[in-house]
Amino acid sequence: MQTLVNIAYLLAAVLFILGLKKLSSPKTARAGNLLAMIGMFLAVVVTLLDRQIVDFTYILIGVVVGSAIGTVSAMKVQMTAMPQMVALFNGFGGAASALVAFSEYEFSRPTSNQMEFSVILNIILSVLIGMVTFTGSFIAFAKLQRIMRGPPMVFAMQKPANALIFLAVIGLGTAMAWDPANNDFLLAILLLAGVLGVLAVIPIGGADMPVVISLLNSYSGLAASATGFVLHNNMLIISGALVGASGIILSRIMCKAMNRSLANVLFAAVGTDGGETAATGGAAETRRATEYTVEDAAMVLENAQSVIIVPGYGLAVAQAQHVLHEMEALLMKRGVNVRYAIHPVAGRMPGHMNVLLAEANVSYDLLFEMDAINDDFQNTDVALVIGANDVINPAARLKKESPLYGMPILNVDKAKSVMIVKRSLAAGFAGEDNDLFFDPKTMMVFGDAKKIVMELAHALKAA
Amino acid sequence: MNEIYVFVLAIFVGFEVISKVPPLLHTPLMSGSNAISGITLVGALISSGAGHGGLGAVIGTLAVVCATINVVGGFLVTDRMLEMFKKKEK
Repeated sequence: MQTLVNIAYLLAAVLFILGLKKLSSPKTARAGNLLAMIGMFLAVVVTLLDRQIVDFTYILIGVVVGSAIGTVSAMKVQMTAMPQMVALFNGFGGAASALVAFSEYEFSRPTSNQMEFSVILNIILSVLIGMVTFTGSFIAFAKLQRIMRGPPMVFAMQKPANALIFLAVIGLGTAMAWDPANNDFLLAILLLAGVLGVLAVIPIGGADMPVVISLLNSYSGLAASATGFVLHNNMLIISGALVGASGIILSRIMCKAMNRSLANVLFAAVGTDGGETAATGGAAETRRATEYTVEDAAMVLENAQSVIIVPGYGLAVAQAQHVLHEMEALLMKRGVNVRYAIHPVAGRMPGHMNVLLAEANVSYDLLFEMDAINDDFQNTDVALVIGANDVINPAARLKKESPLYGMPILNVDKAKSVMIVKRSLAAGFAGEDNDLFFDPKTMMVFGDAKKIVMELAHALKAA
Repeated sequence: MNEIYVFVLAIFVGFEVISKVPPLLHTPLMSGSNAISGITLVGALISSGAGHGGLGAVIGTLAVVCATINVVGGFLVTDRMLEMFKKKEK
């Protein structure tokens, strides 16, 4: 029987890997997710057949409650709120790992005053990583949902306090190894780890949350692996390791796209969250920007042969994706070659902007990542920027003293002409003025993104 | 020690497989892999149903709830997103 269970677990792990592999193309991705689901289902069914399980009452209650909450949240959530949702699910995953390790300890504790050190270490790691993931994810959720203020919260002695807590955890762990029969130590570790998760995320600014949720994603995987070590279950170890790797890759991509090191994101407490409203234009601006009316802008667009649309998060905030797709379709109908250029940090989590545009029925073969389209800007008539700022700021290439310097940007300034839809000339998150606004080939169209795009579409329809 | 081998090799497999996922699908990748990390559900089921009773079983049941939210919510929301990625038929 045990061999059969193990084979089923192995099969589940293989299905997870194949499922992730199929995510390499949007054509096969949905089938891949289905494979992973089947893997999970198989693993659960086989576990339920395990003769260790004698009572199904609590399991049933747990599964019903969990499925109800999971289903309702997954079906109701808005695509703009996806980062919060993923953070929340992540948190629950972390909590589950910590709790499983704790209850495993509870079961083995009374019988043995002697516990192997490696077992204790695994239990502590699992509880520690799981709880940090749990509370850290909930803080990230609160910040993204704006229940909590976005800007970094810093207080005196923050880093020493974190270090102290970490040392306390090590101390408690040592105590636990001496006296494994006493569960107070693990309880204290559980609570301290929870505090550590909170303290680790509150000093990180709202704009850095994409990195944080990627990292927490990785932690939730590592927590699952740690639990696998506790339970001596290879399937858990493999699955957790896959997720851990995924989170690490995504955090690295996000850091690179924001031109920051991971250490800088985690510890430097950078960034306000006010966006355009918080950042004032700085010194009185003497240069003049060229302002275009919507009618003139529509004329320019319909006479272009090629247009690259650069969407930023401002577009999603204004909920303008649907009208934008409508406008894009009208332009395409007139024979204009329209494509979208997506910067890695265009949304609030890795790949977020692609999901938002896909929701608005934009065909995915029109969505191009930065490296794939950056060389095409120079042959493009109009680069249409909507709700983006820092990711197109040439200061990233030119100004050595700028906070943006070195960040990879979209080569909007290389296009033959540039059209920017924006509320004002204010600086972006980084607080760096954008010289592109004052470039002679740049047309500024001021106003709310949704309103402007709607009017553009209207003008195109009428023309 | 065998388990550490498995862990390290799986990390390498993870890096290989996941670096081939295009940025287009990074959000579904995250929510989908997230759901996979809910695999601790398997451990939670045993903790909850092993009939030991006491604190361990209560914690186990709580773990079942958390893990199920993670698994069910994660897979469903991923499916919802992936369904939207369409190519325009011409």
